[in-house]
Amino acid sequence: MTLTAKRFAVLVLAVGSLEVLCRIGWIDRHTIVAPSEMAVRLWQLLASGSANDDILYTLGNAVAAIGLSIIIGFAAGAAIHALPRLRSILDPLLASYYAVPIFVFYPLLIVLFGINSIPLIIIGAMFGVVAMIVNTLTGLDRVPRALTKSARLLRLGRLQELYLVSLPAAGPHFVTGIKFSIIYSVIAVIAGEFILSARGIGFRVAFAYNSFDGRTMYALLLLLLATVSVVTLSLHAWEKSLHRRWGRE
Amino acid sequence: MIDFVLLIVLLVAVWEVLHNFIGEHALSSPAETLSYLWTYVGQPAFWPNARASFLALGYAVAIAFVGGLAVGLPLGLYRGAGDVADPYLVALFAIPKITLYPVILLLFGLTLSAKVAFGAIHGFFPVALFAMSGVRSIPRTYLKSARAMGLSSFDTIRSVALPAALPEIVTGMRIGLASTILGTLIGEMFAGTEGLGFVLFKAIDRNNVPLIMALTLLLFVVSSSANALLLAIEHRLHRRVATDLGVTL
Repeated sequence: MTLTAKRFAVLVLAVGSLEVLCRIGWIDRHTIVAPSEMAVRLWQLLASGSANDDILYTLGNAVAAIGLSIIIGFAAGAAIHALPRLRSILDPLLASYYAVPIFVFYPLLIVLFGINSIPLIIIGAMFGVVAMIVNTLTGLDRVPRALTKSARLLRLGRLQELYLVSLPAAGPHFVTGIKFSIIYSVIAVIAGEFILSARGIGFRVAFAYNSFDGRTMYALLLLLLATVSVVTLSLHAWEKSLHRRWGRE
Repeated sequence: MIDFVLLIVLLVAVWEVLHNFIGEHALSSPAETLSYLWTYVGQPAFWPNARASFLALGYAVAIAFVGGLAVGLPLGLYRGAGDVADPYLVALFAIPKITLYPVILLLFGLTLSAKVAFGAIHGFFPVALFAMSGVRSIPRTYLKSARAMGLSSFDTIRSVALPAALPEIVTGMRIGLASTILGTLIGEMFAGTEGLGFVLFKAIDRNNVPLIMALTLLLFVVSSSANALLLAIEHRLHRRVATDLGVTL
């Protein structure tokens, strides 16, 4: 049996047993609805288009937050890498950033900007940016000395060196950074919508839960799980293939 | 040490500037926050809540660490099983777990178990993933020696895989701890009847800015100290493993 077949078998087994447990009533249908019911409800939601607005809203916010965290994270990472003194000061902060509950700032952002996209985008970018900074630093650290020396021999400027030498040489680490920025930004945007928002997938999940609409809630969770899994796993595969290629050279 | 003082000065300066820029209604000043925190910690209402939070966090961390290692170590040892499980662990790590909070509430109700479960699902995946990749990257010769000496799977894990992969495992625990703190806190915010997360949630609801800031500061100090401690252990272990390899190779 190939690896893909084995993975697929595990998935089928897991979903199948959940389906059986729900159908025979071992799991109360008020707690978890059967996977087939989730899928049917999700199909209804997508076909009727009633969730399109929220999907687009969340997608737009997530893309904006991801873009900001990648761009700012890369620029900040490159700047911090160029200034070793600043880096040694910021190091403990970068290492413990994700130990801080950033979400507590979300209500403050709402006070400042109102209940709209801006607080969501900011909180998403705040969450994603440090993953990009840290991985940019790691990536630039791993650029072989020979390459930076050749860049200097060829009299490349700082920016030229960054784009022509460091960026390609540290490729896999940037992909790792991008992967984590995407993961963290999406988590923060959806969590923000969940806590306080008037639109978006996170909001719809919370709304369905509060109105005891288990089928809709699980259908949206299924959508979320499937989307995030596909995106993460494609990035994960890309990252692995890059690492393999770099490792061979 | 000087760097650390500089970092504190830098952070306080940024905070002060933001305070002046944004204003009293959304961000209290560093001095004000500290004095508020001081009086708040002195109040009798603080300690029962702090104790409740630490109790929940303790259980959650124990479950996340033990569970994560129990799953991650064998998966690292058995490459085939690890390959099958890898994408699932990565995908589950990446989903915004806050959206699963209704599911947890439906399963556990408004109880301590709900908070603990919510914290544990945040910490479990990083611990498992890092343990798995840590065991996978230990030199093949170690595992071959273990097989040559006829060690059972359990003994191989206990006396070969666990010590050899310890630096990565501690990294996983550090990230897992930060996530568990965040998870437990969010659990308390939504499912709590006591605890610092619950107090924070009420403060957010009433827009009590000094209390929000004081609690954020407290959580930041506690979780970044825990993080710094584990980071120091981690650096030590990495250095030890590096010198070990230097001697044996």
